[in-house]
Amino acid sequence: MPESAKVDPKLLEILVCPLTKGPLRYDADAQELISDQAGLAYPIRDGIPIMLVDEARHLDDTPPHAAR
Amino acid sequence: MTVFDRRVVRLHRDRAAPRVGDHDYLLREVGERLADRLDLIRRDFRRALDLGGRSGIMAPLLLGRSGIETVVRTDLSPAMAALGDGPRVAADEELLPFAPGSFDLVVSNLSLHFVNDLPGALIQVRQALRPDGLFLATLFGGDTLFELRRSLMEAEMEVTGGVSPRISPMADLRDAAGLLQRAGFALPVADSDTITVGYSSPLRLIQDLRGMGETNATLARLKRPTRRAVLTRALERYAELFTEPDGTVTATFQVLHMAGWAPDASVQQQPARRGSANTRLAEALRTTEIGTGVTPDGRSRS
Repeated sequence: MPESAKVDPKLLEILVCPLTKGPLRYDADAQELISDQAGLAYPIRDGIPIMLVDEARHLDDTPPHAAR
Repeated sequence: MTVFDRRVVRLHRDRAAPRVGDHDYLLREVGERLADRLDLIRRDFRRALDLGGRSGIMAPLLLGRSGIETVVRTDLSPAMAALGDGPRVAADEELLPFAPGSFDLVVSNLSLHFVNDLPGALIQVRQALRPDGLFLATLFGGDTLFELRRSLMEAEMEVTGGVSPRISPMADLRDAAGLLQRAGFALPVADSDTITVGYSSPLRLIQDLRGMGETNATLARLKRPTRRAVLTRALERYAELFTEPDGTVTATFQVLHMAGWAPDASVQQQPARRGSANTRLAEALRTTEIGTGVTPDGRSRS
């Protein structure tokens, strides 16, 4: 992955789940920020966290990297 | 109350993203005025958030000014957020993804007018600020685009015999400071700026609005395309009513500037406790005191 496409570490320190305001887990392999409380995984695309509930994956679904 | 269709707001911004740089004159002009306000405040702000920052106009205006070291940008549209550089996230102003106290400064340039729950969004902004952090915003006021509003209304009446909502409802100056106060900001201030822009034609104005992603997103908007006859007549009417001697047509934008501080009782001035005065008002006014019969703590004086 190119250096420029990595998520800024400063962001990881301050981001919370927009729905619950609870903590997020960073899954570097899947490029996802996971909110266990909300049961949602927010995608990181080209280093940009997409913190939109509409765009998040429900945790009971198959993770995208496992489906390949 | 839900007025705006947020999916449509996002769609308009997604579509506008690739060419927004050709149409963002107004955003830049107002963004500069917004950043200039920092020069009036003798305070340093290390970590700033640009809320609803589209392609990232604010960061170059903010970095290095007032001690600002980082500018995080959000936009509802992932396509807008992808433009430019610096730390950025796609986020909805109505559901902010930031931990409490993450920022020393939050700015928002002409982006909050499509938010349904403005008080709710402002409360989240206050929570994202550290105590004594500053929120500075510009938003479109109610006099914005009055020329276009009138032209469209007259054209639609003539052609179809009725009118439909075409230009978003906007806040007025009296609402602005009250909104900040209700959201728990200390020392709220609001004032208004009017910017008149000359366009070569009314069509050019419409192209700029579309190019910024700023076209109608009200839920009550017509769900079918506007009849060509209405648009043609509106553009004609606009030119008839608002052409200047130099041949340009004018469009008015009312811009509300808002400022408020996240409360911090230890450093901000507070109103004195009731009854704590040690000088009589009657003495200062050199008049005779007429008692109300009630002490400051609410008890009746015997």
